[in-house]
Amino acid sequence: MSSATLASGAPLPPLVASRGRVGMLLLILSESAFFSVFIVAYLFYLGKSLTGPYPRDLLDFPLLGTLALLTSSGTIVLAVRGLRRGRLARFAALLFATIALGLVFLGLTALEWRHLIFDAGLTLRTNLFGTTFYSLVGFHAAHVSAGVLMMLLIGALATLGHVRPEHAERVEMVSWYWHFVDVVWIAVVSVVYVIGT
Amino acid sequence: MASNDWTGVLHSWVATVDHKKLGILYVTSGVIFLVIGGLQASAMRAQLFYADNTLLSPQVFNRLFTVHGTTMVFFVGMPIIIGFANYLVPLMIGARDMAFPRLNAWGYWMFLFGALLFYFSYLGSEGLYAAGSAPDVGWFAYTPLSGKVFSRGNATDYWILGILVSGFGSVSAAINLIATTVTMRCRGMSFGRLPLLVWMMLVMSFLIILVMPPLTAAQVMLLFDRFLGAHFFDTQNGGDAVLWQHFFWFFGHPEVYILVIPGFAFASEIIPVFSRKVIFGYPIMVAATCAIGLVSLGVWAHHMFVVGLSKPLGVWFSAATMVVGVPTGIKIFNWVGTMYGGRIRFRPPMLFCTAFLLQFLVAGLTGIMLAGAPFDWQLSDSYFVVAHFHYVLIGGLVFTIFGAIYYWFPKMSGRMVNETLARWHFWLFLVGFQLTFSTMHVQGLLGMPRRIYTYPADRGWEIWNQITTAGVVFQIAGVLCFVAAIVHALRRGPPAGPDPWNAWTLEWSTSSPPPEYNFAELPEVRSRRPLWDLKHPEDPDWRYE
Repeated sequence: MSSATLASGAPLPPLVASRGRVGMLLLILSESAFFSVFIVAYLFYLGKSLTGPYPRDLLDFPLLGTLALLTSSGTIVLAVRGLRRGRLARFAALLFATIALGLVFLGLTALEWRHLIFDAGLTLRTNLFGTTFYSLVGFHAAHVSAGVLMMLLIGALATLGHVRPEHAERVEMVSWYWHFVDVVWIAVVSVVYVIGT
Repeated sequence: MASNDWTGVLHSWVATVDHKKLGILYVTSGVIFLVIGGLQASAMRAQLFYADNTLLSPQVFNRLFTVHGTTMVFFVGMPIIIGFANYLVPLMIGARDMAFPRLNAWGYWMFLFGALLFYFSYLGSEGLYAAGSAPDVGWFAYTPLSGKVFSRGNATDYWILGILVSGFGSVSAAINLIATTVTMRCRGMSFGRLPLLVWMMLVMSFLIILVMPPLTAAQVMLLFDRFLGAHFFDTQNGGDAVLWQHFFWFFGHPEVYILVIPGFAFASEIIPVFSRKVIFGYPIMVAATCAIGLVSLGVWAHHMFVVGLSKPLGVWFSAATMVVGVPTGIKIFNWVGTMYGGRIRFRPPMLFCTAFLLQFLVAGLTGIMLAGAPFDWQLSDSYFVVAHFHYVLIGGLVFTIFGAIYYWFPKMSGRMVNETLARWHFWLFLVGFQLTFSTMHVQGLLGMPRRIYTYPADRGWEIWNQITTAGVVFQIAGVLCFVAAIVHALRRGPPAGPDPWNAWTLEWSTSSPPPEYNFAELPEVRSRRPLWDLKHPEDPDWRYE
């Protein structure tokens, strides 16, 4: 009786999705749950800081960084499309463009933080605004960094000639993560720089 | 096993990515922690045997109930249910392994090292005396008590980091289980034909993914408060200590369902096989499980009625909590409906599941009582609450876990368990459980608060506490019978054969223990009971689908 075919002629279940896609979607779900707690904390403590500085004194809408990040979602889509069609040089160029845009975003965040810390004296321990601002924006930036690292790894492998069209789905999974980081940024920008000020 | 010398055996377990070996590692680790947590409980019960007892100091008592609660939830309940899911889900859906085998191994080791990190707190500044410098802030670590001001030293940090690390393991296991169920089913295994265990593990996994990361986030906030001077829960700087309670219980209440839904899953597989009937109301069972998962995300503040919620919030959380009782009641009805008119065989797995039905009913009824905010105001933080959740987690979960171990041990080891020892285990554990925990309701009604290290003699609590502690002796004797039964079976148990219980799901179609690749040829199913179809070609199930 060991492992016999149990019945024959049954219809095949439709092949729903690859395990990579399902796994990445679930990782994104768990990360969303993680971020939502920091967003709730930010909103809950909005306007409850006992001392200054307050958000509207310090925060400017990060237009350049937002544009860089949103554009990078487009470049990575085109990069994956290039890889799938076997146009490897185009893929590598667009991938490095995405990395560069991610680095621009991180650099602008670094400049903003330098201004906040050294000019305005706002740190994690200054008040509730500092506590919630740095942890929410910081965790987002950490996720951007993780995405940049993943893409650098792919970039290094591509430069060495190890990335071929059959790897397109794996690269696409990294792009899904990157889109997720983008969507989180839209939520963060809305909460911190629009509603919060 | 390729090699018989011990390094080869060790290597085959440490380096394994096989879902069956990892499942056994999870369950075995959980059972070892169950014994450790049980010993901590026994020490507390010894202290409470007499009024004004001085066996344990208040500090040690605080550490014991903290480590006991944390161990039982995170390092006993979680690994055992995840271990069974790991072992059974691929076999039941006709797959050769999980979707991500290496991630699976990673998850196990994250759990184990998280648990060891937590227990490393024992080696703190005060040495090995009793509980050493283990955490003493309770298993839910309320702020501001768990903040730097009131909890100096690093004990609380071990609590935060140990759970945080093992939480990564839980989330990875949940992702893996869902991906496996969605993408790895064999031919013909549609969602409507999934064994109920697989359905329930699916819902459990979604709950882990939705509530474990929020706990991680809240713990990171607490770490920021403690190490970097942040103010999340710091009332001196406008922070709100109650926010921690909301964040913790947003995890903590669904966690109860994460633990007990797998208990339902074991019962849903065992009860039909030992009643010789199909499960009563399969679609309703699936719907009720999904409903429990959904509603359980909206009931968390019933742990916080005495904190001073606004009236609308109190009404909402009371009502939502009572609503959860409806799908749970439907399930109990369906299990009883499955047994009704069946040819019931009271073998050890069925004995544990029958006791589970009655005990979980009591747990549900006291749960409905406590869901009423005015009733809860009287009894919150009393032994009545302790009785309630031990009825859920022991009467509900641990009993079904023992049932599951007796049911699937022949599959995992290829050997049968001695029934006499198993029956002694059952009856001793049942009597011990009832003595210990039914009496706790009385202590609670008499006003005894939880987490007190001793009590004055004139309150009338002493006799009840003595019965409670006496029950522990029976429970220990029962667990010794369990250990004896397992050790005996591993050494001298008769061969089990592939299908000792005459069951219907796919794991029983392969040898015991199954080969590393599970199925030589991937199976194909046409109904919910593929083995019934195989054994009864004259009257297969698929004819009625």
